[in-house]
Amino acid sequence: MLEITNLHAEIDGKKILKGLTLSVGAGEVHAIMGPNGAGKSTLAYVLGGRPGYEITEGSVTFAGQDLLAMDPHERAAAGFFLGFQYPVEIPGVSNVQFLREALNAQRKQRGEEPLTGGEFLKLAKEKAGLLKLDMDMLKRPVNVGFSGGEKKRNEMVQMGILDPKFAVLDETDSGLDIDALRVVGEGINAIMRDPAKGVLLITHYQRLLDYVQPDVVHVLAGGRIVKTGGPELALELEEQGYEAVA
Amino acid sequence: MSDVLTHPTTRDEDWRYSDAEYLASTSSDELLHWTEWTVAPGEVKSEYVTLLSGPQARGTVQRTRVHVGKGGRLEVFATLAGGQYQRYELDVTLEEGAHFEFGGVTLGGDVKLQEFVTRVVHAEPNATSNQTVRAVQWGKATGNFLGRIEVVRDAQKTDAAQNFRALLLEKGASANAKPELEIFADDVKCAHGAAIGALDEQALFYLASRGLPPVEARKLMVRAFIADAFVEISDDAMRDQMLEGALAELDQGAL
Ligand SMILES: Nc1ncnc2c1ncn2[C@@H]1O[C@H](COP(=O)(O)OP(=O)(O)OP(=O)(O)O)[C@@H](O)[C@H]1O
Ligand SMILES: [Mg+2]
Repeated sequence: MLEITNLHAEIDGKKILKGLTLSVGAGEVHAIMGPNGAGKSTLAYVLGGRPGYEITEGSVTFAGQDLLAMDPHERAAAGFFLGFQYPVEIPGVSNVQFLREALNAQRKQRGEEPLTGGEFLKLAKEKAGLLKLDMDMLKRPVNVGFSGGEKKRNEMVQMGILDPKFAVLDETDSGLDIDALRVVGEGINAIMRDPAKGVLLITHYQRLLDYVQPDVVHVLAGGRIVKTGGPELALELEEQGYEAVA
Repeated sequence: MSDVLTHPTTRDEDWRYSDAEYLASTSSDELLHWTEWTVAPGEVKSEYVTLLSGPQARGTVQRTRVHVGKGGRLEVFATLAGGQYQRYELDVTLEEGAHFEFGGVTLGGDVKLQEFVTRVVHAEPNATSNQTVRAVQWGKATGNFLGRIEVVRDAQKTDAAQNFRALLLEKGASANAKPELEIFADDVKCAHGAAIGALDEQALFYLASRGLPPVEARKLMVRAFIADAFVEISDDAMRDQMLEGALAELDQGAL
């Protein structure tokens, strides 16, 4: 459902992605691992449509559409979700308020009826419960004063509410304590494990993959996929490091 | 000083950012006129001022002088969103333990020039004042806040705060802050801050990534920005009315 072909991208004149090719089918979970600075977040941002990147070559197709031709909000409405490595703090804007507006904007773009305040709150409560995030936190300004782990759980609550078809999760596991890691892992499974959905999990550690078992593991280094394998590749990497394996 | 006795020009400190052409074309009587209010000891006076973009004079200058008695409270919340030149001026004197709360929003495009000018005199001990001004400008518009705080010799335990932030939605817009503190007492807390910036691009991308179209995302951010000026409005309905009234003046084209 996501086809990335020979993707080249640069920022401020610096080439970061250098011919990246990757394909995730429906019902699949792929993990991307790779050294710091390899271009993992860059890939996530380029897929999400963050301004500032120049795509110099290549293509990305999502559910048959040209993903790179869409604005970020159109990508969201098409069912694409980006879980940020560093979720942004937005003072003065409440989580529930913006999420309801965002969800209804997505629904409008898809020709669906908007959710009422009551329907939305019910949904938000259910997803907050799933991720064990206090509802009060959802009423607070977006990520302001949240701990690192709370921010990541908030990302997953948002994913639960928006119910995307495809999620790119950029180090959603970093900053989580051991219990939170399990809650988030189970949350990802509950929300995204579906024959019609797909996930690209960017992570540095096997721990998350114990809960969310990947079908395919890729190593991203120097802006390209340098190795692809099954779940055992993540274990190998953890034991031996990138230098030896990739 | 606010008390220019002769016809003001932009050479006067307190009129330095004002509209010279408007001043030249307007009579002294109009420019030098002060409305007078008093707040009796222990009383509360709340005023809500909105000068929006409806049909109105090329310029508006409103000047109000207020004396607040012991333990009294004056609250003024104001939006300037119209005119080619709009100036709202407050000259407030606080007796012992009195409080002055001010929240102001300027919001405009084209070549609009909108300004708040305040002078707060802490004339006796234990008086407090808190002023929050937010400017949202686009086009070639300008938003200003000139705030003067005077603390007399015996006004110990004065607590005076002043905060100005401007959000420039387009490159040609501008803002000026001119805080002035004149403090003759020694046991005094005075805080002032000013910042001028644009909308946070990272925040806009975050909102867009969740599905909010750009105009909605920007509107939400502007709303959050100006809400600071109205947080101290205790009546929920009034606070919403002030906020929505100001937001309605936002030009979609600037978003
Ligand atoms: N604005 C920029 N200008 C120049 N270089 C940049 C810019 N933004 C990012 N980079 C560089 O791009 C490279 C890839 O960064 P990216 O954040 O994608 O790495 P990553 O694989 O996610 O790393 P990590 O594992 O540490 O999160 C890094 O070398 C980074 O310094
Ligand atoms: Mg990264």
